[in-house]
Amino acid sequence: MSENLKPRVNFETAKTRLGDRLFFGSTSGAALFAFAIVALILFFLGLRAWPALQSQGLSFIYGSTWSAADGTYQIMPMLVGSIVVATIGLIISTPLSIAVAFFLVFVANARVAKIGGLMIDLLAALPSILIGFWGATVFTPVAAGWAQVLHDHFGFIPLFQNSGPSFTRSPFIAGWILAIMMAPIITSVAREVMSRVDKELINAAHALGGTTFSTLRRVVLPTSRGGILGGILLALGRGLGETIAILYTLNLIFKVNVLRPLENRGGSVASMIAAKFGEADSAEIHALMAAGLVLFVMTLLVNVIATGIVQRAERKMAS
Amino acid sequence: MTLMENTDAVLPVTHQNVEPQFLGDAFNHLEARDINVWFGARHVLNDVTLAFPENSVTALIGPSGCGKSTFIRTLNRMHELIPNAGLTGEVLFNGKDIYAPGTDPVSVRLGIGMVFQKPNPFPTMTIRGNVLSGLRLSNSRVRDEDALVESCLTRASIWNEVKDRLDAPAGSLSGGQQQRLCIARSLALAPDVLLMDEPCSALDPGSTRRIEETIRELSESMTIVIVTHNMQQAQRISDQTAFFLAEDGQPGYVVEFGPTDSLFSMPNDPRTEDYVNGRFG
Repeated sequence: MSENLKPRVNFETAKTRLGDRLFFGSTSGAALFAFAIVALILFFLGLRAWPALQSQGLSFIYGSTWSAADGTYQIMPMLVGSIVVATIGLIISTPLSIAVAFFLVFVANARVAKIGGLMIDLLAALPSILIGFWGATVFTPVAAGWAQVLHDHFGFIPLFQNSGPSFTRSPFIAGWILAIMMAPIITSVAREVMSRVDKELINAAHALGGTTFSTLRRVVLPTSRGGILGGILLALGRGLGETIAILYTLNLIFKVNVLRPLENRGGSVASMIAAKFGEADSAEIHALMAAGLVLFVMTLLVNVIATGIVQRAERKMAS
Repeated sequence: MTLMENTDAVLPVTHQNVEPQFLGDAFNHLEARDINVWFGARHVLNDVTLAFPENSVTALIGPSGCGKSTFIRTLNRMHELIPNAGLTGEVLFNGKDIYAPGTDPVSVRLGIGMVFQKPNPFPTMTIRGNVLSGLRLSNSRVRDEDALVESCLTRASIWNEVKDRLDAPAGSLSGGQQQRLCIARSLALAPDVLLMDEPCSALDPGSTRRIEETIRELSESMTIVIVTHNMQQAQRISDQTAFFLAEDGQPGYVVEFGPTDSLFSMPNDPRTEDYVNGRFG
């Protein structure tokens, strides 16, 4: 190649027009801003949490006592409770959401699908205080009845035992409330990925004697699996961070409860912070900050994994 | 299914040989009688009556938009999967109307298989999984799945190319191989009739030739109906041909139906002659 040969247009220096430079600057500034906010929150949370983490050590995570009088702050029951309640929420909402998404994409006519889709989006937009309020006053008595039935008929299974007198304010009920909040997220992601399944594959499945259900099971679900899994993780992130709706529907007791979801004791890091923040002294504030830091890291991890899975699934479907 | 009154008076000009005497006394395996099709209020097929004798190959030819693909989809009740689709008429399969009340469309499709225009193997399944997909989808069982896989792939003339990689994803095959896999997949359900909607239109000439050979071999044991845009292909592989036509804004209809040889060499209708000689289409 000749030494004298130079590109006629250098695309790097071509961005010299003022408009282009302003646009480039403002958009990259906005992107940086979002990143900076997350980093700053993490930094200050860490700074404020540090005294508590230092005084409590690792027992902050695995201990089960929270006492402002003793200066002991340990969050294991709340951490476990967050995971238990979110898991119950996922167990209820996942099959429901997949069924609703399949109905909206493949079964319902265009009008029903549109109205159904709107309702789902509306459900996603409901403020959680409303769902919590409705959950505490209207839903709890109903769901307590379901829990009673489970206990009466399946009480021989440890999972459905309840040594206490009441079936209200249990992880079971809080799980249902979370399911209602998670379902729109999973449904809309599942609807999106299912609507992108090649119609030719659906036709092929029908031509091969597929029923509606076997087509869902053998063709639609395997093809959209990655995207749906991403939606489930997004919902999990939402569930782990949910505060007020759980505060209204669950008894926060500092004793790890994993295997007795019908009993009215459980926990959640986010709602514990909300419950204690108003009356906390400065040492307890540091401990609550540390709890917040743990929650932040946990939801951040779930979201990063979810985004990765959704993106990978989208690339796969696009190809 | 919307049943609509047929008020349109457009009738096929030549409508010969509803009973296909030209193929001897062969039993009419599949028979479409007075098929009319609507999409919503739009009438797209008018009074199509065709008979498909056992172990024959019938080509459906005609310009784009004349209703060939729509018609072939009425033969195994795939048509009704389209929203707002309507139909009148009868399709007799082994003498029974597949649209009779109480007939399960799933069982119809098990007896009348279909291969589509674009090769559409299931991308999440292996080659073997694709061959067995019809069994899984219809909750059927066979005693020896390996033997079934081998025999279907052999009949679809692809066994030698894939026998060492049955567990590879179906997407790793070439377009022509994928289409032959789709044929094998249909064969696994042992259908009596195979409908093919332009199965070679997305393939190169080499792959097309192999599929045509496969069709000829399959027709020894099954009835085949194939939509094709390729008139040489119709002449090479079919015993009888139906020429469909739709004039501006009118529903499609059958202009002429007869033995392939005579339809191409001595068409009765001038429009057939113009079409098979490439003067329009």
